[in-house]
Amino acid sequence: MNDLVAVLISKYNYWVYIILMMIGFYAIITKKNLVKKIIGMNIVQTAIILFYISIGAKKGATLPIISHGHDAVGHAVHASDYINPLPHVLMLTAIVVAVATLGVALALAIKIYRQYNTLEEDEIHTRIREQ
Amino acid sequence: MKIAGLIVVLLCGCLLIYGTVDFPEWGDPASPASTHVSPYYIETTMEDTSVPNIVTAVLADYRGYDTMFETIVIFCAGIACIFLLRTYTHQAPETRLYRHIPTGIILRIKKGGKLPEDSTDFERVDLQWVPYDLIIKTACRVVVPFVQLFALYVIAHGHHSPGGGFQGGVILGATLILYAISHDLRTTIKRMSEKAVILLSAAGVFIYASTGALCLLFGVNYLDYSGLAAILGVDPVSARSHGILIVEIGVGVAVMAVMVSLYYNLSSVGKQDEGL
Repeated sequence: MNDLVAVLISKYNYWVYIILMMIGFYAIITKKNLVKKIIGMNIVQTAIILFYISIGAKKGATLPIISHGHDAVGHAVHASDYINPLPHVLMLTAIVVAVATLGVALALAIKIYRQYNTLEEDEIHTRIREQ
Repeated sequence: MKIAGLIVVLLCGCLLIYGTVDFPEWGDPASPASTHVSPYYIETTMEDTSVPNIVTAVLADYRGYDTMFETIVIFCAGIACIFLLRTYTHQAPETRLYRHIPTGIILRIKKGGKLPEDSTDFERVDLQWVPYDLIIKTACRVVVPFVQLFALYVIAHGHHSPGGGFQGGVILGATLILYAISHDLRTTIKRMSEKAVILLSAAGVFIYASTGALCLLFGVNYLDYSGLAAILGVDPVSARSHGILIVEIGVGVAVMAVMVSLYYNLSSVGKQDEGL
């Protein structure tokens, strides 16, 4: 029992990201409304950002800005003192790109609404068949 | 459909949870992600670039190509949004609403109707009419310049504290969006025209790419800022630090312009006449 709890606690960041990602996938797969699908897509993006950031964490380390970098010249910087900067770099750009892709997705939704007067997927399908 | 979707999602989730068995534990310093290239970045950033913020150094220097093409992705998203929505030709709307400023009375002008030409007592308001609110307008007008100053600080101080082009650019774009929400879209477009926004988003990408190309002229690799030492008049390590600042400014300009452009087009459905 204690082993199971230890495993659960040591890997809870993965559990959270999996739950969030599955909520997003469920929305993308089952929801009929296009805006709800877009919201699901954004939840998936959030889950991936959370996953990357949690990978970068290190026990006993601080954020990746070298303290007194210019004052003490030549003092050694140990990798174990600072968390992994690489996932932060990747996610920094991913957040802004997520906003930009959200903009394109909403623009497409507006275009579809202008054409078919609805955002419900099944109604769009019937209208395409009618034409 | 719903049940099938739920089963697929649950199966996928179970597979992912099964996969986490092999994953490193939370905060493990010996995890694969923290053992290969990341210690190199942490230990040599100060010697290579003299930038204390490792994230900024990796973003704009070690992985400059990645960031450049992310900026291009954002630029392309802004352009795609314009292509999708900006398909209107300008035509005068059926009716317009005008507010008489001294009295606060709203006038509805039908098509063909005209206000006195030289009158400055009237201001146009949106058809989805919202009551005039002095407090919100004044508060936002007071706040906007300080937020913009903070955005510039975030861009310029990205070497020493959390920040950089992406964050500062988004804050800068948010101030313009705040101005557009508190006043109206036309007032903001008067301040920052659509043409200026598109030119700025292209200029940001151009600053980034041309800085890389400038390095080529000095006989070093593309985006290797140490080649800029000759024109900046500093040693190669400081030149990399300054080169990072230049490309961060480019990123900030591009991100700000694209955020504003997305807002202009999405809020007014491409008409850029009446919006939120």
